[in-house]
Amino acid sequence: MSGDVWFWLFGRLDAKALPFVRAWDHPTLSEFIGAMAGGMVVVGAVVLVALLTWQRWWRPLFLDWLTSLDHKKIGIMYVVIAGVMLTRALIEAVLMRTQQSLAVDAPGIVAPEHFAQLFSTHGTIMVFFMAMPFLTGLINFAMPLQIGARDVAFPLLNSISLMLTAAGAGLVMISLAIGDFSTGGWSGYPPYTGKAFQPGVGPDYWIWAITLTSLGTTFSGLNFAATIYKKRCPGMHLMRMPLFCWTALCTSILMVFAMPPLTLATALLALDRYADFHFFTNDLGGNMMNYVNLFWLFGHPEVYILILPAFGVYSEVISAFSSKELYGYTSLVLATMAIGILSFTVWLHHFFTMGQSADVNAAFGIATMTIGVPTGVKVYDWIWTMFRGEVRFTTPMLFSIAFIVTFVLGGFSGILLAVPPIDFVVHNTVFLVAHFHNVIIPGTLYGVIAGYMYWFPKAFGFRLVEGWGKVSFACWVVGFYLAFMPLYVLGLGGMPRRSQALFEPDYRPWLIVAVLGAFILLAGLVTLFVQLAVSVREREKNRVPVGDPWDARSLEWSVSAPPPEYNFATIPHVGRRDVFYWRKAAHGAYKPADHYRDITVPRNSWVGPIVGLGGAACGFGLVWHIWWMTILGFAAVWITVIGRSFVRDTHRVISAAEVEATDRAWLAQVSGAHPIPRQLEESPKNFGLAESFPAPVPA
Amino acid sequence: MMPEVTDGDSAVAPPLVQGRTRHRTRRARVLSAAVLLSLGGCGVLDHGMLGAAGPVADQTRSLFVIVCLILLFVVGPVLLLTPIFAWHYRLSNTKSAYRPQWGFNWPLEGLIWIPPIVIVLILAVFLWRGTHQLDPYKPLASAYPPVEVQVVALDWKWLFIYPDEGIASVNELAFPADRPVHLNLTSGTVMQSFFIPKLAGQIYAMAGMTTQLNLAASEPGHFTGQNTQFNGMGFQNQKFPVLAQAGDDYRAWIARARAGGKMLDMAAYKALSARSVQAEPSRYGAVAPDLFKSILALDDAGAHTAHKEAKR
Repeated sequence: MSGDVWFWLFGRLDAKALPFVRAWDHPTLSEFIGAMAGGMVVVGAVVLVALLTWQRWWRPLFLDWLTSLDHKKIGIMYVVIAGVMLTRALIEAVLMRTQQSLAVDAPGIVAPEHFAQLFSTHGTIMVFFMAMPFLTGLINFAMPLQIGARDVAFPLLNSISLMLTAAGAGLVMISLAIGDFSTGGWSGYPPYTGKAFQPGVGPDYWIWAITLTSLGTTFSGLNFAATIYKKRCPGMHLMRMPLFCWTALCTSILMVFAMPPLTLATALLALDRYADFHFFTNDLGGNMMNYVNLFWLFGHPEVYILILPAFGVYSEVISAFSSKELYGYTSLVLATMAIGILSFTVWLHHFFTMGQSADVNAAFGIATMTIGVPTGVKVYDWIWTMFRGEVRFTTPMLFSIAFIVTFVLGGFSGILLAVPPIDFVVHNTVFLVAHFHNVIIPGTLYGVIAGYMYWFPKAFGFRLVEGWGKVSFACWVVGFYLAFMPLYVLGLGGMPRRSQALFEPDYRPWLIVAVLGAFILLAGLVTLFVQLAVSVREREKNRVPVGDPWDARSLEWSVSAPPPEYNFATIPHVGRRDVFYWRKAAHGAYKPADHYRDITVPRNSWVGPIVGLGGAACGFGLVWHIWWMTILGFAAVWITVIGRSFVRDTHRVISAAEVEATDRAWLAQVSGAHPIPRQLEESPKNFGLAESFPAPVPA
Repeated sequence: MMPEVTDGDSAVAPPLVQGRTRHRTRRARVLSAAVLLSLGGCGVLDHGMLGAAGPVADQTRSLFVIVCLILLFVVGPVLLLTPIFAWHYRLSNTKSAYRPQWGFNWPLEGLIWIPPIVIVLILAVFLWRGTHQLDPYKPLASAYPPVEVQVVALDWKWLFIYPDEGIASVNELAFPADRPVHLNLTSGTVMQSFFIPKLAGQIYAMAGMTTQLNLAASEPGHFTGQNTQFNGMGFQNQKFPVLAQAGDDYRAWIARARAGGKMLDMAAYKALSARSVQAEPSRYGAVAPDLFKSILALDDAGAHTAHKEAKR
């Protein structure tokens, strides 16, 4: 009887779900590590709550940030999520490499069950809760500014997307302290993740975490695409947009079309697990191959969702720090869109080894190599952008150069993997692991870090210190090569991925180099945080209120740093590409408007946080079969969303007088600032006003 | 005679083709030896396809080397130009040219688009031919018929049934080195991937379905086979010895299996398929007829359909 009440209240939750209890019952090193991780989540949460209370930050946290519909703040919050999740997933990576380097003919420190959770959470987090939020954050922050818009097309939906992503990330974090996560890898192949083989809560955590975030991502994609189509300022033709906006557009389209297959695949898997359906089971007509196809129908475009915005960042960064127009703009646009289309035609290369005929494999292999053409074009466009420029080796530029060199090596192994017979001998080995890290780390991670450093002064009004940035850069590059080049060798030597232990002594030296590299990568992350802390402490020295610290070319640099919440005092009119550069050349930048108007901005809203909280509760209830919580969470989401549609008063007006006062105050700062030459841009003299270098020829 | 993968479908290829293949193989061997040396004699590579011990892995290695060489033309210019341009056009170099408004040039566009297209076309030819030549379903050319083996992937072990000999083994694949092997694979559990790196590529094994793989060894030897698709807590232990034996040794191996006398029927299979790691190989002297078919039928959707049709 009491069991019934317990189940009604707490579902299948019991004391064994807590890693601390498990560690008490089975005091092994592996369980202690698990309990420590769970403890870190709990302690972290307690410390955060204490800090917020002590500093009286609860009010500003909710009123200025969590309920904000300002695209810039939402963008920043996305990046914060990405930073937290990156920290966890990178520590997991170090733990895995440590385990492998110790576990050659030895048990190591992490048990198989624990190791499997490590690689599953590492992959899931890095893809869905690090890379995606990071680039969504950058797009959110920069894209509306670049196209001369005041906000995205649907600001409330934007907040809902953010909170759904946060809810998903929250579920993954909760799984550290309550229960355990999936052991089925980030791709969650059934039947292994089906009920017959994994009756526990792990796959359920995985399913609901990525369902929440993939819904958020679909909404983001719709939102960004609508913003780019409908909210461009007068004269901002598509072919005048900065390249980052093009890549954002392409990524948004991919998000809209690629996320639904994933949502569908996980929903069908959930039906298998919860309602005894047989979509992907071994028996009764289920077929796992359908899941594999659906998953990669999402999974391959996903690769380009991750990488295209970073390509956009590189286009901006390389052009700005080469003091030069982007070479081959039209080619880059065409190449971007071609990649977007081709990305839907190659999914089968993720499973050449599933027994298709040679014709099918060859066709998909050739389609895969075809993507190399537009990608190669892009790489050359960046190289020729540096040609006859004046290259400045700031940290974002260093990341971009390291990207080009490293990414090309990843492309090399990518073409090798595109050849089916070669894929047969390295598929599922660490060669594959080396390959996708070799494209995603330089391609996405370096890109989002470069974007973070490039736009940071715009977002917060002060520059990041360069010294620590360069130390961090060195760690990310050296660490990458040490960590992943050995994996190519090991993969060619037949070492399977996801191995908790190894039995081949020849692997050992390479695994030791790899773990060294992993630690250096961790140092890269730590120094990134050190850079942030030092920069915040020394912010007075590095202020750039005028807003153009890099002598850059697009509209986001034409406003103050940080920009006002309405972005532009008056909506700009654009006559050509790189409009801010030409305005500066014609001494037309930093002019007051003829007359200022009232500006309407969306009011803050609690809908986003409530939807996120409801979504998380719904997901948590589903994981543990706590049905009242599921129903309550689900109801909270829909009642809030429907209730919101009856709210009429959703905007507030900022008066023309206030806009004018803010604008004139900023313009006064501009005229008080000294224009500084490029040679001094890393010095405290950089106040955000650039001396045109050298005086451009008027066109 | 060494089994050879040929371009044609015929069992015995014309001597000319065979000669050319041999020649190409030798050349590739020299090239890959150079690659190996340049990596500083890493013994680790010998455990994979680069230490090929059979015709399939050998031809894969040749293809690998050829594709690598072609790709040098893609990677080389980028690796050279990037640092050169970045350094030469650095801000502090006042002697370099500066054209801030230069952003397009037709001949350069041609240079950027056309060579990658040409390289991809060339690679596509190699890819198409290689994929067909090394299709895992394609029988290997040999003077002798292939050894038939039915493979069942279990948690966390491999069951090998020899239908022609009426024996079976667990975690040990033995075959005569002078004959090719034809494998029919299925899974008694989740999806797995069967892989003997030194002999041939891998292929998935899935419940209720069969996939096929053809492989052969060039000479007698001991190799390691493994599952590469994660399938749970015993995954890392799911390795097995592969014995390519001289004819007499193989016959002796069969005789030993028969002498063991254990019978593999459905009941024994059910017991065997319980999740466990089995450190030492074991053998069955007799196998229930059509056991492999029965295992397939456990999870085969087709069986249920047939059942329904029969009822109608």
